[in-house]
Amino acid sequence: MEVNVEARRILAVSISKLYASRTQRGGLRLHRSLLLSLVMRSARDIYHSSRESEESTGAHSAPEEPMDTSSSPGEQTRLSEAQHEPQPALNSAELAPEEPDNADDCCDRDTTEDKENLSPVKQSRKRRGKASAAPDFLPSKRARLEPGEERYAAPLGSCRAGAGESLTTLSLNRVIPAF
Amino acid sequence: MCRPGGGSSDVQWCFSQVKGAIDDDVAEADIISTVEFNHTGELLATGDKGGRVVIFQQEPESKNQPQCRGEYNVYSTFQSHEPEFDYLKSLEIEEKINKIRWLPQKNAAQFLLSTNDKTIKLWKISERDKRPEGYNLKEEDGRYRDPNTVTTLRVPIFRPMDLMVEASPRRVFANAHTYHINSIAVNSDYETYLSADDLRINLWHLEITDRSFNIVDIKPANMEELTEVITAAEFHPNQCNTFVYSSSKGTIRMCDMRASALCDKHAKMFEEPEDPNNRSFFSEIISSISDVKFSHSGRYMMTRDYLSVKIWDLNMETRPVETYQVHEYLRSKLCSLYENDCIFDKFECCWNGNDSVVMTGSYNNFFRMFDRGYRQDVTLEASRENSKPRSVLKPRKVSTGGKRKKDEISVDSLDFNKKILHTAWHPLDNIIAVATTNNLYIFQEKLN
Repeated sequence: MEVNVEARRILAVSISKLYASRTQRGGLRLHRSLLLSLVMRSARDIYHSSRESEESTGAHSAPEEPMDTSSSPGEQTRLSEAQHEPQPALNSAELAPEEPDNADDCCDRDTTEDKENLSPVKQSRKRRGKASAAPDFLPSKRARLEPGEERYAAPLGSCRAGAGESLTTLSLNRVIPAF
Repeated sequence: MCRPGGGSSDVQWCFSQVKGAIDDDVAEADIISTVEFNHTGELLATGDKGGRVVIFQQEPESKNQPQCRGEYNVYSTFQSHEPEFDYLKSLEIEEKINKIRWLPQKNAAQFLLSTNDKTIKLWKISERDKRPEGYNLKEEDGRYRDPNTVTTLRVPIFRPMDLMVEASPRRVFANAHTYHINSIAVNSDYETYLSADDLRINLWHLEITDRSFNIVDIKPANMEELTEVITAAEFHPNQCNTFVYSSSKGTIRMCDMRASALCDKHAKMFEEPEDPNNRSFFSEIISSISDVKFSHSGRYMMTRDYLSVKIWDLNMETRPVETYQVHEYLRSKLCSLYENDCIFDKFECCWNGNDSVVMTGSYNNFFRMFDRGYRQDVTLEASRENSKPRSVLKPRKVSTGGKRKKDEISVDSLDFNKKILHTAWHPLDNIIAVATTNNLYIFQEKLN
C-alpha cells in the first residue's frame, strides 16, 4: 500500500515536472523528458502491480481516492492534452523535440476549454466513473490512433489488459514524441 | 618549476584566488556553465549562462616569490553567444555556453571553440601591443585630413601601445543540430572536431562552416521507441580515428571512424551490469552518464554518473576497473532529490596531469578527489570562509551514521543549492579551478 502511495506521488510529481519543462527557456530538453518518462513508467508499473497484488489477495478494491495534491484532476486533463496536442506533430517527417503547441483539432473530447491558455490550477473537475479501471490521475478516454496504428496490450504481464491499461501504455510512449 | 600533479596523499591544497561577485544574490547570467584550461595551463576560460566567456591568464612566476605559482588575472572578456529565437519552432535558444574547448596554439593568437545549444563558434584571441602611427591621410585621432594640407608622403610606423586583447569570431558553425548540443571535442589531428547533441554526432572541419558529416545517429524511426540519448562525446587523445559517446542508460560506445562513414555500429561498448539490490524508481536516472573524459595517456576513460565516478580500461568492456563513490549517502535521498530537481544535475569530472588523481564536484560546495594509486580520497570545500591567501584547505566529512562527530556535517544540513558541477585541473601543475554557482575558485598545491 505504501508503495502504491509512493508510486502515485512520484507519478504526480513527474507529470507536473513535464508540464513545467514545457515553459522553460531553451525549449524542452529531450534528455530530461526521457528520464521523466522512465520514472513515470516505473511508478506506473509498480502502482499497477501493487494494485493487482491487492486484488489478488482478495482485498476490497478501494474506491478511487482523491489525490493529496489539489491539482490532481487537472493532471488528468493535462496528460490527455499532452497526448492529443502533439498528434499533428507526429505526422511530420522530422520530429523535432520542441513542437509548438498546436491548436487542438484532433481531440475527440467534448470540452470547450482553451487548452493553450489553461492555467495549471483551473480545470475540469469532472470525475470519471468508478467503473473505469484507470487510476484517477489518468484520463479514461482512449487516445485517437494514427492511421495504421493498432491498439496493443500493455507489454508487461503485471498490467491488466483493458481500456485504461492500453491507454496508459500509449500515453507514456507518446510523452517523448510530444517534445 | 613545473612538475606533474602528484598523488593526493602528499598534496595539501591551498586557497589561491576567487573570482566573481561576493553577494549571495546570484544573477542568473553569471552562473558559470563551463571551465577549461588551455593546453599549457597558462589560460583558463569560463563560460556562463549569459553567453559570456572570460579568459584568465596566469602571471609569470615572480622571482620574489618562488613558492607561489602565478596568479590568474582577467585576460579577455567577450560575449560569445546571444539569445536567439527560432521563429519556425517558436522557441528561444539559450545563450548559455555549454562547453569551451581550446585549440592547441599554432601561432601568436589563441583559438577556442565555444558552443551553446545550437551554434558553435571559433574565436580568435589575439594581442595587440603596437599600433601604426604617421598616416598620410588621417590625423592621429582618426579624423581625415583636408587633402589640401597633405604636402608630403611618409610611411606609417608601428609604435608600442598598451596591451589590448581582442576576441573575434572567425567561424560560426550553425544549423547542424536539431537537438541540444551537449559536447564538443577537438580531434588530435587538430583539423577536425565533433559536436554532439541528444541524438546525433557531427564531424566538422575547422575551416568549413557550411557543412558537416553526421557520424552517429541514434534517432529511432519512431520517436515513441526512444530509449536513450547521447549525453557526452569525446575524441581519443592520440588516435584521431577513435571517439566515444556516453548515453543516458549508462553505456559508453567507442567508435572507429575508419570502419564506416556512419558509426552507428560501435567498435566497443562499455557497460556494467546493474546491481539488482540498488534498483529503485530512479535507477535509470542515476545511471545516466553526465561526463566522459579520456585519460591523458589514452589508456583509460572516466565516466561520471549521479553517485559515482568510474574508470574504465579501454581494453575491458565488461566493467570498470575502478569505481569511486562520490556521495553514496544520497542514495537514500533520491526521492527528495528528484522532487527538487537535483537528481538531474550534470556533474563533470577531470584527470590530473599524470592521470593519478581524478576530481569531481558534489553539493554544499564540496568537491572530491580520488587518488588512484594510494586509494585515498578527500573532500574539500570551496567557500569564502576558507579564502585567506595560501590557507590550507581542511578535509571535510559528511556524517552518515547516527552520531555526528565534531567538524562533520550531517546529510540533512547539506545545501543542495550550492553545487559544484564544473572543475578543471591544470594539465601540468597541481592547480585546480573549481566553479561554484557564480564564483571561480583557484586552489594550488602547498609548496614548502
